[in-house]
Amino acid sequence: MTSAYEPWNEARGAALIAEHDKLEGATLVILHAMQEAFGYVPEPAIPMIASALSLSRAEVHGVFTFYHDFRSEPAGRHVLKLCRAEACQAAGGDALAARAEAKLGISLGNTTADARVTLEPIYCLGLCATAPSAMLDGRVVGRLDEPRLDALVAEAQR
Amino acid sequence: MTMRIFVSRDAGAIAVGADEVAIALEQVAIKSGVAVEIVRTGSRGLYWLEPMVEVATSQGRVAFGPVTTADTPTVFDAMTTGSPHPLRLGVTDEISWLKRQTRLTFARCGVIDPRSVNDYRDHDGYKGLERALTLTSDEIVTEVTTSGLRGRGGAGFPTGIKWKTVALAQADRKYIVCNADEGDSGTFADRMIMEGDPFVVIEGMTIAGVAVGATKGYIYIRSEYPHAVAAMNAAITAARRTGYLGERIVGSSHSFDLEVRVGAGAYVCGEETSLLESLEGRRGIVRAKPPLPAHKGLFGRPTVINNVLSFAAIPFILAGGAKAYADFGMGRSRGTMPIQLAGNIRYGGLFETGFGITLGELVDDIGGGTLTGRPVRAVQVGGPLGAYFPRALFDTPFDYEAFAARDGLIGHGGIVVFDDSVDMAKQARFAMEFCAVESCGKCTPCRIGSTRGVETIDKIILGERTSENLAVVEDLCNTMKFGSLCALGGFTPYPVLSALKHFREDFGPAPARLQAAE
Repeated sequence: MTSAYEPWNEARGAALIAEHDKLEGATLVILHAMQEAFGYVPEPAIPMIASALSLSRAEVHGVFTFYHDFRSEPAGRHVLKLCRAEACQAAGGDALAARAEAKLGISLGNTTADARVTLEPIYCLGLCATAPSAMLDGRVVGRLDEPRLDALVAEAQR
Repeated sequence: MTMRIFVSRDAGAIAVGADEVAIALEQVAIKSGVAVEIVRTGSRGLYWLEPMVEVATSQGRVAFGPVTTADTPTVFDAMTTGSPHPLRLGVTDEISWLKRQTRLTFARCGVIDPRSVNDYRDHDGYKGLERALTLTSDEIVTEVTTSGLRGRGGAGFPTGIKWKTVALAQADRKYIVCNADEGDSGTFADRMIMEGDPFVVIEGMTIAGVAVGATKGYIYIRSEYPHAVAAMNAAITAARRTGYLGERIVGSSHSFDLEVRVGAGAYVCGEETSLLESLEGRRGIVRAKPPLPAHKGLFGRPTVINNVLSFAAIPFILAGGAKAYADFGMGRSRGTMPIQLAGNIRYGGLFETGFGITLGELVDDIGGGTLTGRPVRAVQVGGPLGAYFPRALFDTPFDYEAFAARDGLIGHGGIVVFDDSVDMAKQARFAMEFCAVESCGKCTPCRIGSTRGVETIDKIILGERTSENLAVVEDLCNTMKFGSLCALGGFTPYPVLSALKHFREDFGPAPARLQAAE
């Protein structure tokens, strides 16, 4: 199994911090950079960020845990996000979400035991006129129906 | 002569196959030996026709849609020969859904190449800034005030007054912040304009900078919008390269630069003070007002914070004059509103029109009713914090005050249509649940009220002491509405109470509901 992400490396983490720590209000920017590089925000990164920005560990931890996007551990190899907001609900999203859960054998917010697929809810991709919508590893998909969802789930499982 | 073909690069079009169609068209063209230039534009906003493909002809652009990759050989043939095709929609500008609109803010969206400053300029771009640079700060602010423009993010606060406050404030630094944290379900106008005409947002923010004396701006875009982030970054780079951003913009004495910042999945960061906290690198916790952001905003400095659509309306107002904008609309709602038709709807998309059009016209006439073909039962206007309206209120005109008078709000202009299979108790529960998950936790009515709301609605759904629990929900809503710090807790009662008021038959044990439906 190959991963697009690098394994945690302290020197690389420090380089990422140095790249951004002069920006105004850099905390989120650095957390995003960490997650982009490593696939999650490794725990040892938190005190490093705190010290670079002259913040307490608690402050950085607080920011890290406030936002839904940041992960404390790696996601599955593929991340399938299903929009669960009102426009997609109106267009049959509830049944499709239940179908995806059944097919993968996990509920929303979890990763399959083989670590292949993480299934997550997302609250609005802004594709509300072509609802229901989803995002597979950053690729957007609209007008979901059962066959299109099944194809997406199968692709995620590969 | 090279044939020019236009395919949208809007995320909504990509989600239904626009990239694949663009590639297929290119291959068909290569095979046939015809020289083509494929321009990736934004979307025209006729989403049921996406992927829509246009070709430049002597009569203007001619559209085809919705095109699949399998259609590309025959569509290409029809483009080159002008022969009839079942997907041919005629001259794009003559499509009635588009022709009925008043596109001031979205005039260029779907028309130009969003990465080209020249294309933007060729379509009247930067005329607003050029004029603004000949005016005094006071004159610019007066134009904005006279136009009657009100904050398009949802609150509807007069934009000119906000700008004036910042212009008059004394400080070593001032900031312009664009709220592109468009989290409301059923809204996508910010995303569309950022992807389809990013320079209009840049121009609007630059004019704001010139008007109030700010040299730095931030665009805070939600992370769910990667295509918009890429489009804005590309446009900012292009604007810098051509002297429209940076030191001494277009040879004037003003300097202004922009930076994109990406959110991290917190809905509450669409609230302006929470957004400012997030921009400063902190948890998105709402600030108490006063002080207003106009006095103490980003990093404690005077800050103009406006929605994407507010900034995007500015170039027209400066170029065409305040009166040209204010001539559209009704009452105290002046100008146009980019309305977004979404959910279970036949003709979904972006419909920009002057204020005053009724909800019924928008849903039945323009939207064509539901996609499922079943009767429309409810529409939610204004996102997760907006009220659910029944058909009985379809005569409500699209206007800030008219919606408020009927216990609703137009918010950011999103309309989500539901058919008769909707369970309104479930929707009311969802509103409370969403508030509970997204609450920043600072104030008790929002943090605790929403959780108690979910529990109580659950009891009602199970048929436990229905009337007492309905009274509890109403009481909770009252506390949230008047006791919350911001619109998240303060407006969550709108969907809940409107569902209760207009769809009471859905609240109760299942047998009662069946009887009510009979």
